[in-house]
Amino acid sequence: MPHAEIVIGIVLFWLAVGALGIIRPFSGRAVSAVLFPLGAAGGIALAAVALAAIGLPATQIVLPLGLPDLPFHVRLDALSAFFLFLLGATAAGVSCYAAGYFAAVKDGSAGITCLQYHVFLASMALVLIADDAYFFMVAWETMALSSSFLVTTEHRDPEIRKAGFIYMLIAHVGAIAILLSFGVLASTGGYTFDAMRNAQLSGGWATVAFLLALIGFGAKAGIVPLHVWLPEAHPAAPSPVSALMSGVMLKTAIYGLIRVTYDLLPGVRWEWGLIVLVIAVVTTLFGVLFALMQHDLKRLLAYHSVENIGIILIGLGLSMIYVGTGQPVLAVLGLIAALYHTLNHAVFKGLLFLGAGAVLHGSGLRDLGRMGGLIRVMPHTAFLFLLGALAISALPPLNGFVSEWLTFQAALLSPALEQGVLRSIIPLAAAALALAGALTALCFVKVFGVAFLGQPRSAEAGRGHEVGGWERLGMAWLGALCVVLGLAPVWVIEIMDPIARDLLNNSLGFTGAAPQWLWLTPVAPERASYSPLIFLVVIVAVVLLAFWLVRAFYHGRLRRTPAWSCGFPGSNARMQDTAEGFAQPIRQIFSPVYEVEVHRPDPFDRAPRYSAEVRDRSWDWLYHPIARATVFCSRLIGYIQVGRISVYLMYSFVTILFLLAFVR
Amino acid sequence: MTAAGALYQLVQSLLVVAAAPLLVGWVNACRAWLQNRSAPSLLQPYRMLRKLFHKDAALAENTSWVFRFAPYVIFGCMWLAAAIVPVLATDLPFATAADVIALVGIFAVARVFISLAAMDVGTAFGTLGARREMLIGALAEPALLIVFFNLSLISQSTSLTTIVETLARREFGLYPSLAFAAVAFLMVLLAENARIPVDNPATHLELTMVHEALILEYSARHLALIEWASAIKLFAYFAIGIAFFLPWGIAEAGDWGALPLAIVAVVAKLVVAGAGLALLEAVSAKMRIFRVPEFVATAFMLATLGLLLQYVFEV
Repeated sequence: MPHAEIVIGIVLFWLAVGALGIIRPFSGRAVSAVLFPLGAAGGIALAAVALAAIGLPATQIVLPLGLPDLPFHVRLDALSAFFLFLLGATAAGVSCYAAGYFAAVKDGSAGITCLQYHVFLASMALVLIADDAYFFMVAWETMALSSSFLVTTEHRDPEIRKAGFIYMLIAHVGAIAILLSFGVLASTGGYTFDAMRNAQLSGGWATVAFLLALIGFGAKAGIVPLHVWLPEAHPAAPSPVSALMSGVMLKTAIYGLIRVTYDLLPGVRWEWGLIVLVIAVVTTLFGVLFALMQHDLKRLLAYHSVENIGIILIGLGLSMIYVGTGQPVLAVLGLIAALYHTLNHAVFKGLLFLGAGAVLHGSGLRDLGRMGGLIRVMPHTAFLFLLGALAISALPPLNGFVSEWLTFQAALLSPALEQGVLRSIIPLAAAALALAGALTALCFVKVFGVAFLGQPRSAEAGRGHEVGGWERLGMAWLGALCVVLGLAPVWVIEIMDPIARDLLNNSLGFTGAAPQWLWLTPVAPERASYSPLIFLVVIVAVVLLAFWLVRAFYHGRLRRTPAWSCGFPGSNARMQDTAEGFAQPIRQIFSPVYEVEVHRPDPFDRAPRYSAEVRDRSWDWLYHPIARATVFCSRLIGYIQVGRISVYLMYSFVTILFLLAFVR
Repeated sequence: MTAAGALYQLVQSLLVVAAAPLLVGWVNACRAWLQNRSAPSLLQPYRMLRKLFHKDAALAENTSWVFRFAPYVIFGCMWLAAAIVPVLATDLPFATAADVIALVGIFAVARVFISLAAMDVGTAFGTLGARREMLIGALAEPALLIVFFNLSLISQSTSLTTIVETLARREFGLYPSLAFAAVAFLMVLLAENARIPVDNPATHLELTMVHEALILEYSARHLALIEWASAIKLFAYFAIGIAFFLPWGIAEAGDWGALPLAIVAVVAKLVVAGAGLALLEAVSAKMRIFRVPEFVATAFMLATLGLLLQYVFEV
């Protein structure tokens, strides 16, 4: 089985492509014309290999790399293959897009960006196939570093440097937690994942390892309150990088959490699932409520990533509860729902970030308040963005709906549980998910309506232009995936089946009657069924029929007139709703959630300005106290730092004496 | 799938689309009587549609394809919704393509498209309508979903057919969760169909209107499609309410002999429900728009409470 070798080959290929970026003849225009398309080809190849490998038994290789006595272990199993597919498929679209996007960079920095970009891709692939804690951490840190360089591509802007700093900080808090978690796991055996699987960890230590992993991977995924880096780093990064970070990098954290919880730890407990579920519900609602308040398009999308991580974790939490209470089939359903949403989010969020980048490229705008009417100047981008917006709003028959549907099904099966507390919390999670879905739709009507429809709110929006072919190709690829993943859920779930068999020794088992591929029936046909293909066919047929009937029986005559302004002649573009105005009722209804700073002008003010700033409470409640405590502690430590070398030598001497006494 | 089932599916789909304006006519007539006016003919909505289809469409200059495309999508969505709700019999082969969650999804698609179309024009009215519609929808949609979850927990299924069959067979009694769900459903019905006290379909006052602001720019065939779709939506909501909360008399799968009785029962229930809606509208006042979120949030809370009650008492 050469699949694992091919994956490593693709990683090396990506590294080579990246390295070519900084070699002289390539660092100019060739970066965009040759290297990024090559990277996209690598992505396609990776997706194809991963798809082929997903049903095969796990393969292991030991690489002759690393420290002496600490070689790198590589393992390709169904879970890795699924996430590699996600990486490859998303990276293919994003690299295509990047080929066009970075062509506009004139100052010669595209070459170095190309290197960092491909190192980033390669390190994510390595995270997914690493089979020991050492290799995993090396790949994980490479991923964090390369992405942090990419975030600070525009490093001359102090705001962006600050965003990069926050990102690095949280990434390292997370990395330390992951390292400690691996430390606990490796305490009884070795540092390889195989040794951890066989280790007999006691219940208390298993919980400690789980909680550390949850914090560590949660920091990368963006669970509340460790989400603060997302709305800073995503807008700062170039759009293809945002798409990769949000679409794929957050998913490596989901991968890590699943790997540790389901594979390395001895058994999943329902209490862990409950913790995950509660965090997930908070994260989901928090993400969408703050997304609604944003007017910077990329910040808004970043908050939606927080929300979607919450939705993924709702599925995962349900699955863990079902594993812990001995409901294996339901556990599979929850896990499949979580994985499906992971894939869906990668695709539609990638598409939306690329769309935001296209708007930025085509019109130079990132603030919704200055957009408007872009559908006329960039029709293709508008159509693809609408596709992504409908998908993320969980509207049938696109892909977001399928995974939310599966999550709802998993939640509705909770009467199978024994404990009363669990049974009453799960419906609340379902209610929260329902609310989040509806609010997402509201948010994306706001985004699409304000940015692409209506009249231009600024001259730039009116002068915008459509982006180039590579960019549209990249977006079209992801848009097509949104449609395919939405229309062929049974096929996708069948592909995911080996993961459930690997991790839970169980499967949903779609081995029934003949037309099974058409009907998604997770448990039993009379329990629930959904067929997106029939759904789409009927709705298209009805639409066409209505269109034809109207024309056949009546007519299709049309004339253009000015919009009705209720007899008020001075109507202009500024009278349209703004992004802030559109979401203002939400701010009123959910006002306890927000910390709003409103500046109202004085009635006699000659140049009145009104502003309302919505801030994230987690800064005041969590981060600022920690920052103050850190400053305080370092000041205390500062007392022993006097700046004379003799004193420092004395410190060393005392330390050695202490250690000697301690060791003996 | 049986041939009879397929035939019934086709008949119901056409019948619902054809009969929906009649229901609107009935509600309007009842309301006129309650207001001591002489009522328009029951066929008035059909005449209205015919008139609109004959007119030339006037399209605002600023609009894109979204605006022209939306009425067809909305009409298609509502037709789909009406086709999967069991009205007379539960043997609907097509209902397996979409369950209650998908049904809520269909309504959401229609809502998103009508709001986008309203924002497409780029006037103050359109965006105002879209904002209000999405706000009400954002709270009403989860409430509707939770109402359906209540029912699907009772019947262990999210399939419309199974839910209705289970509820129809259940012995008569007062179930607390169902009572909460029914009240919440009624509130969602009022909010989603632009009825008093949430919205007034007979006004063009900018301070209060929601639905009318959304469709202000539509004319002729586009307007006809949207109005027809609204009528189908009202019919679909009535049918859902009847099928879930008063399902007695519905013909179960294979039992075609019960169909005549089912027709009588459904017509009687629709007549009573339509009159009830008119009465409700006649005795209540339009709410301030800022109070509407509270109203819909109450529906959401009631539905969630019903869900919790069910876990406590019934499962």
